[in-house]
Amino acid sequence: MTGQGRDPAFLAVRDLTKRFGGLTAVSEATLDVREGSITGLIGPNGAGKTTLFAMIAGFEQPSAGLVLLDGEEITGRKPHDLAKLGLARTFQIVQPFAGLSVRENIAVGAFLRLPKRRDALALSEEVGQRLGLGPQLDKPAAALTVAGRKRLEVARALATRPRILLLDEVLAGLNPSELRDFLPVLQDIRAGGVTILMIEHVMQAVMSLCEHVHVISGGRIIASGEAAEVVGNPAVIEAYLGPGAAQRLAAHA
Amino acid sequence: MTLRETLPILGFLIGAVLVSLFVTSNVVLNFLVFTLILAIAAQGWNLLGGYGGQYSFGHAAFFGMGAYVSAILQQRFGVNAYPAVAFGIAAAALLGYAIGAMVFRAGLRGSYFALVTLAFAEVLRILANATEITGGAAGLLISLNLGAGNLQFADRSSFLILGAVLLAFGMLITLALEKSRLGAQLVAVRENEAAAAALGVDILAVKLSAISLSAALTGAAGALYTQYFLYIDSNIAFGTWISVEALLAPIIGGAGTVFGPLIGALILQGLSEGTKMLIGKIPGLDLIIFGVLLILVVRFPLHRIPGLLAARWRGKGTP
Repeated sequence: MTGQGRDPAFLAVRDLTKRFGGLTAVSEATLDVREGSITGLIGPNGAGKTTLFAMIAGFEQPSAGLVLLDGEEITGRKPHDLAKLGLARTFQIVQPFAGLSVRENIAVGAFLRLPKRRDALALSEEVGQRLGLGPQLDKPAAALTVAGRKRLEVARALATRPRILLLDEVLAGLNPSELRDFLPVLQDIRAGGVTILMIEHVMQAVMSLCEHVHVISGGRIIASGEAAEVVGNPAVIEAYLGPGAAQRLAAHA
Repeated sequence: MTLRETLPILGFLIGAVLVSLFVTSNVVLNFLVFTLILAIAAQGWNLLGGYGGQYSFGHAAFFGMGAYVSAILQQRFGVNAYPAVAFGIAAAALLGYAIGAMVFRAGLRGSYFALVTLAFAEVLRILANATEITGGAAGLLISLNLGAGNLQFADRSSFLILGAVLLAFGMLITLALEKSRLGAQLVAVRENEAAAAALGVDILAVKLSAISLSAALTGAAGALYTQYFLYIDSNIAFGTWISVEALLAPIIGGAGTVFGPLIGALILQGLSEGTKMLIGKIPGLDLIIFGVLLILVVRFPLHRIPGLLAARWRGKGTP
């Protein structure tokens, strides 16, 4: 848009660092998310994925580095300001408004762009149907199954009409048939013009959904590229399976 | 907000008018007026505590502000009662905003918020007890000057109607809030702040709106108290009794509901007066009963009774 116009990335993270005291959770992470893509962020447990997400979405202040959304610097802005700019996130540990119905939960997101209750409820219904929550709309959110709660997380975020959606392990804990049902939903969201950056452990989903994958390990981005080429990358294999694993695997092949 | 949703409030108003027409016992009328004043203060607490989940232990600060500012303006500066009451309400709202700006900006929540609000109310009580303009420990007496123009009535039934209109207004505000974007965001803040922020809710702005509105309504109750009793002192206006009752009534009657504060105030005052009649006046007895009641409400989910009944009703209705 502006001076950053030559940068092709819709979301650009530059040298983002987070230190908690002496511990560096994320170290100079740099990654790009292209507009209209589904981009994956994978890495072993404790690699710093969620911290990186929290910094992008304004929940943690970075110690250093920049975040740019569509060329505009958004580093360290408050979460509600970022939501207004069109950046929405879900939580790894689902955070439903337990005392409210599913419809009311989604409406909180819808109210961001729609001041009138009637409009917000209409959008809430529409998004709920799209996410397959139609039959549960009037049930309390606390009564939903794990899969239902994951869908609710996405529905609420989607009701804010984001330009980019940050999904933190929305597929974790789903059984194979729930997983199979959920993948088309995510593809449908992308088809609707929403860029997606997702943290995911379910490799089957990453391989089938993401065009582009970033791998983070020990707080550093160790590989970026197409999903297929990244999973064959020796550095990535070693990050998951330990030093020397890539060599041993190659010897077995 | 539709006409149908306001019908119960209209019903309450009509009921209050009927009572004022047919009940002549001063004891009963006095009981009802006092209950209404409490219910208005409690309705104020309910906006912030019931809907927003911010449990204030110091709503006496706002009650006292409404009471003292309207009393001082009338008595010391000769201001007419109507603008004096309006200024009292505005002063309470401003105090609410100021306390909120300090406390919420500092990120105080839960028991910390409760303790700080209690501290604010206590500081104001001590100040009111010590300064000249408030009449100090002797309190402040409003000159008797009967007439609708001075918002003073000889008969209690007029006050009953005045209190009922004010409470109905508070209920309408509550209902409107329930149906508004601010209300949805406030409830979201109560349920989960992080999730609300992620969905674009400006937590601080929402809490500040809620505490200002809440303080204004509780301040209105204080101003009405001044007009009714024509006397206040620091232990009445800023005393912990009103903080306690303003929070107990909604919790017992149903926090986060439009009628909860009124129902709770009726139960509290009914129990308090009932025991006084049966056992006689033992200081602090009503507080013991309130305590037991609070334990029961917290232990057993009494607030779910209406919901459970409705569910059972629906269950029977459908095959």
